Amino acid sequence: MALQSLDIKRRSATTSPTPSVREPSVGAVAKLIDVSKCIGCKACQTACMEWNDLRDEVGTNVGVYDNPADLTEHSWTVMRFAEYETPQGDLEWLIRKDGCMHCEDPGCLKACPSPGAIVQYANGIVDFHQEHCIGCGYCVTGCPFNVPRISKKDHKAYKCTLCSDRVAVGQEPACVKTCPTGAIEFGTKEVMTEHAQARIADLKSRGYANAGLYDPAGVGGTHVMYVLHHADQPTLYSGLPKDPQISPAVSLWKGVAKPLSMAAMALAALVGFFHYMRVGPAETSEEDERNAEKEVSHE
Amino acid sequence: MSETARPRTLPRYSASERSNHWVVAITFILLALSGLAFYHPAFFFLSHLLGGGYWARVLHPYIGVVFFVCFALLALRLARHNAWEAKDAQWLKQFPDVLANREERLPEVGRYNALQKLLFYVLVLSAVGLFLSGIGLWREWFAFSVGTVRLAAVVHALCAFVAITSIIVHIYAAIWVKGSVRAMTRGDVTWGWAWRHHRAWFRQMVKGANK
Repeated sequence: MALQSLDIKRRSATTSPTPSVREPSVGAVAKLIDVSKCIGCKACQTACMEWNDLRDEVGTNVGVYDNPADLTEHSWTVMRFAEYETPQGDLEWLIRKDGCMHCEDPGCLKACPSPGAIVQYANGIVDFHQEHCIGCGYCVTGCPFNVPRISKKDHKAYKCTLCSDRVAVGQEPACVKTCPTGAIEFGTKEVMTEHAQARIADLKSRGYANAGLYDPAGVGGTHVMYVLHHADQPTLYSGLPKDPQISPAVSLWKGVAKPLSMAAMALAALVGFFHYMRVGPAETSEEDERNAEKEVSHE
Repeated sequence: MSETARPRTLPRYSASERSNHWVVAITFILLALSGLAFYHPAFFFLSHLLGGGYWARVLHPYIGVVFFVCFALLALRLARHNAWEAKDAQWLKQFPDVLANREERLPEVGRYNALQKLLFYVLVLSAVGLFLSGIGLWREWFAFSVGTVRLAAVVHALCAFVAITSIIVHIYAAIWVKGSVRAMTRGDVTWGWAWRHHRAWFRQMVKGANK
């Protein structure tokens, strides 16, 4: 749903300008997830279910804390638990709240063929408008983080909205509101980046020399950022990609190939048209018919 | 033959071949239009031909299966006429003569000319590419890794581009060379048409006709 107070910066499969008069005076927003403060309580998952009216199926225990085991159309955020043995032999429990990263350059939006099914608001939030979704799954193909899920019920794509409906009326996302340790914070991207620097300085003083902010440049930065103790090895955190970017295959398919192939097809039709206009039809004359007759009768 | 009599004709496609061709043609047009809708925003409105984006997404792959099966049948039927010959290369070398309608300078053509044969090969390859990559993209029934699906998307778009461009050439050739369309609508061509455009085939067909 379009939100009155949020203008749209980018709209899927749309070449005309999007409404862009209103600009958020505070700039882009961001959610900052401080992995070092997370205790894995899953309150954020519950808050997400509550606010968005989502109820996943009760699954089965597969022997790990991850529950549910993966993102689904009903679970837009999932805590992923990773056990990491440091070179010093210590065990670290790295818990990452997984979900949509709200890329500044969203691969899902780039891949989406349906006008307006995916939008990016002026504040940076990437939102799916399911009423326009045709269920093709191209967003899944475009996403560098493996986030969108297609519903088996309505064949439409779902993911975290960053509570765009709450943000539009000046509230923080539900997961942020509920987090008991303050591991999830929300604000302008600028303030969140500054705040992260203070957290990183603190972590470095506690011996985490490689602490850092995860705001990957390959997708233009993200509107969900992580503070990581081991920012040099993001893959430790249940496979968080080190240098995510829109796949070159998707860039080719939904980028340069589009105008080039359209132009080539139009050219083929135009060449045909003008060839006809210049050369005229290849007709069979009466003479051809007579020659054919003659050839047979002379045989 | 008296001057007023209608030209004599030669059979070119049987009723069964014609039906096969038109099922392929109709499904191809539906696939191309709905496929272009998913490919470029400028063509999204074409998805309404199949009942909107959602229905176009649902129906496109099923139509694709019908297309591929019928195309395979047609290709098998016509394959034996498409063997490449030395004179085909010579014909292609003289392509400016083809375009300028100077057929008398060209080597005699059999049932199909070199461009028709090339079209046959290109369409066979792109149809196979479209079918295989289409399976990769068909989330309703298949689930492949994201890397495979990305590759499938590129291959599908590339093959579709090649196929659509080839069909533009195919349709234009049918419009340009008068007397060709009746081969696919009525099944026959006039002697004069065959003599002018496919003389070797003409001779083969009329051999012994007057004996």
